[in-house]
Amino acid sequence: MTLVADPFDGGLAVRFEGARIDAAGAIDFKDGMKALTGSESGRVVLDLGQVGFIDSSGLGAIVAVMKQLGPGRRLELAGLTPAVAKVFRLTRMDDVFRIHDSVAAACSDAAQMP
Amino acid sequence: MIQLPVEPAEPDMVVRLSFGADPRAVRRALRRVHAVLSGARVLEDDRAMAELVLAEVLNNVVEHAYAGHATGMIELALSLDAEALTCQVTDHGRPLPEGELPGPCSGGHDPQDLPEGGFGWPLIHRLTRDLGYCRTPGCNRLRFRLTARRRA
Repeated sequence: MTLVADPFDGGLAVRFEGARIDAAGAIDFKDGMKALTGSESGRVVLDLGQVGFIDSSGLGAIVAVMKQLGPGRRLELAGLTPAVAKVFRLTRMDDVFRIHDSVAAACSDAAQMP
Repeated sequence: MIQLPVEPAEPDMVVRLSFGADPRAVRRALRRVHAVLSGARVLEDDRAMAELVLAEVLNNVVEHAYAGHATGMIELALSLDAEALTCQVTDHGRPLPEGELPGPCSGGHDPQDLPEGGFGWPLIHRLTRDLGYCRTPGCNRLRFRLTARRRA
């Protein structure tokens, strides 16, 4: 797994370069996101376009990343593949996160969540 | 005592895997299952859901049944028939709490207090049929069926 950070006006886009967010990689992912986002402020958009598989440990890690951001900062997600989108729907986590079609769509989206 | 569902009458394929109870071995086993189902022309959506359910079940074994154990083995038996995948997962760790299957309920989704876990059993209940658990001395056995439609 590699996380690639790409700042944009008003926030930070982070691309997850890897095929899976699962039990074996959840802790590395959480730690990596904390290192990237800890000193920043503003929006964080996580690009999951390369991720074909997520399990409940991976989902829990994404929730943990949002909590790490602290109150007032919300984690946004972009580029969910069909299998990953289905896991978010089945667990109703699609109501919790703001989900964009792509990072480009997220960046151009002026209507931000608080 | 819960009656386990019967074996499918004439499976097209039987696969048995045995591996150590650790997250990386689980990941390798899941990749193997995915490849086998792909070779058997199981539809992409059903393959993805099978991989998800098996991930939840196997990670539960690693994290709970074998919690605190240095080593432990998991046996996975898959049997594919015309429209379903019958799965049996055997381990030799601790029994499920109360010796019973956890229910399908999960906690609430209050954004102030989001759960970081507890997604697994609701997903397992939602995506399986004929879910059964049997504890015999020193042995857990979980059996369930998954939809596995095949491309013509």
